[in-house]
Amino acid sequence: MGELFTWINIKFLLEGLVLTIFISAISILLSLVIGTVLALMRRSHNSILSAIATVYIEIFKNTPLLLWIMFIFFIVQLPPIPSAVAAFTVFTSASMGEIIRGGLAGVHRGQYEAMRSQGFSRIQGYWYIIQPQAMRNMVPALLSQAITTIKDTSFLWSAIAIQELMGRGMILMNQLNSTPQIFAIFGLVGLFYFIICFALSMGVRYYQKKYRLPGRVGL
Amino acid sequence: MFAAFKWEAYFEAFPTILMAFTKTIGISLLALVLALILGVIFGLMSVSRSTVLRAINRVYVEMIQNVPLLLQVFVMYAVFPLIGIKLSTFLIGVIAIGIYHGAYISEVVRSGISSIPEGQFEAAKSQGFSYIQTMSLVILPQAISIIMPPLAVQAANLIKNTSIMALVAGGELMYATNSFANSTSYYGPAYVVAAILYFILCFPLSRLALHLEQNRGRRRVKRKEYYNPAMTEFDEDMKNAVAEEGVSTWESSSRG
Repeated sequence: MGELFTWINIKFLLEGLVLTIFISAISILLSLVIGTVLALMRRSHNSILSAIATVYIEIFKNTPLLLWIMFIFFIVQLPPIPSAVAAFTVFTSASMGEIIRGGLAGVHRGQYEAMRSQGFSRIQGYWYIIQPQAMRNMVPALLSQAITTIKDTSFLWSAIAIQELMGRGMILMNQLNSTPQIFAIFGLVGLFYFIICFALSMGVRYYQKKYRLPGRVGL
Repeated sequence: MFAAFKWEAYFEAFPTILMAFTKTIGISLLALVLALILGVIFGLMSVSRSTVLRAINRVYVEMIQNVPLLLQVFVMYAVFPLIGIKLSTFLIGVIAIGIYHGAYISEVVRSGISSIPEGQFEAAKSQGFSYIQTMSLVILPQAISIIMPPLAVQAANLIKNTSIMALVAGGELMYATNSFANSTSYYGPAYVVAAILYFILCFPLSRLALHLEQNRGRRRVKRKEYYNPAMTEFDEDMKNAVAEEGVSTWESSSRG
């Protein structure tokens, strides 16, 4: 076991972890932006815009991510890491769009009327009045989506040979042949994922507790 | 990329793709059954009064939800044979995906049950109902309308997740699509048709989720109207808002 957990191996895995976080972080940030645009399009009174957003969201909500990773890698033919970021962004944007739409819909319509009656411009109103209230509804779901994205980056090694955490783990595993060592490698890779995702899910729980609205049941 | 001869080649291979598609459906159905069983059992554990049962549920949910499904599949695929457990990829798919989504469904069941007011449990108890009677006759029938919409979302997610079996040569739709695409390099038709096939399975489920969600909003409003003939203007407004927007599925729909 000693020769397995050397600094070289740990560092090898940690580099994979950095790539995992890098790809997830960029995809999550980009998909937050696109998701917001989709949510606003979906709520807009312009029926063409809202139809485009609806079709986009339905397509990506009902097909697997793995398919889009392959699609972008083989058909659009970007290099591996840009393919991954593009596929994750395109796919996650649909979920983010749904979450943000739900958050905006959860803000009572009286607030929109109040915002107009007080002479706020659309942008000001959305930023100062709607956004803080919508955030309260959205943050737990957005964090959960982030967890899902981080976990899903584990496809990338087997799908398009990007050496993220899972890939690095598999590479190490292929050099081993004793059962306990293989167990240990899987355990370590799992632990890395667990630490990050568990921390985020604690964040979800903390946020829900802190910002629970009185009289609201269920959440 | 989408030239006609590629489509011809694709449709010659289409029977194999369809066979693989039935395998996707098979894995999905059996995994869903397993996930439902685990979800209900662990969901009930999470609202039980026993600390031990609640702790077991927490460990299950956190362990499974915070580790990638693919890693769990790889453990069954690559590690289990080393200790003498050899499973077919079909069984690995059913078990791994069933256990994974069981954790999500148990959270759905938990939040459904905990949304039922305490008074309902007390009322059932005061009427001399046993635990099983309370749950099956009083609590679950009320919780079901809250549980159903996110459950349909979970079912759709489960179907999408069967695609990762392709990465362990699972022989299902995604695998067949990849192997056709890689052997012929006719990627276009293969991925487009696979997307359509997955869409055909998942779209009705996510529509169903939305439909149940919106109906629930309406039913609740109606009941309120019935009990509360003197509706204020605010109630009226709420009613319209609920009828228009439905209640959002965001929390449950985003996970998994």
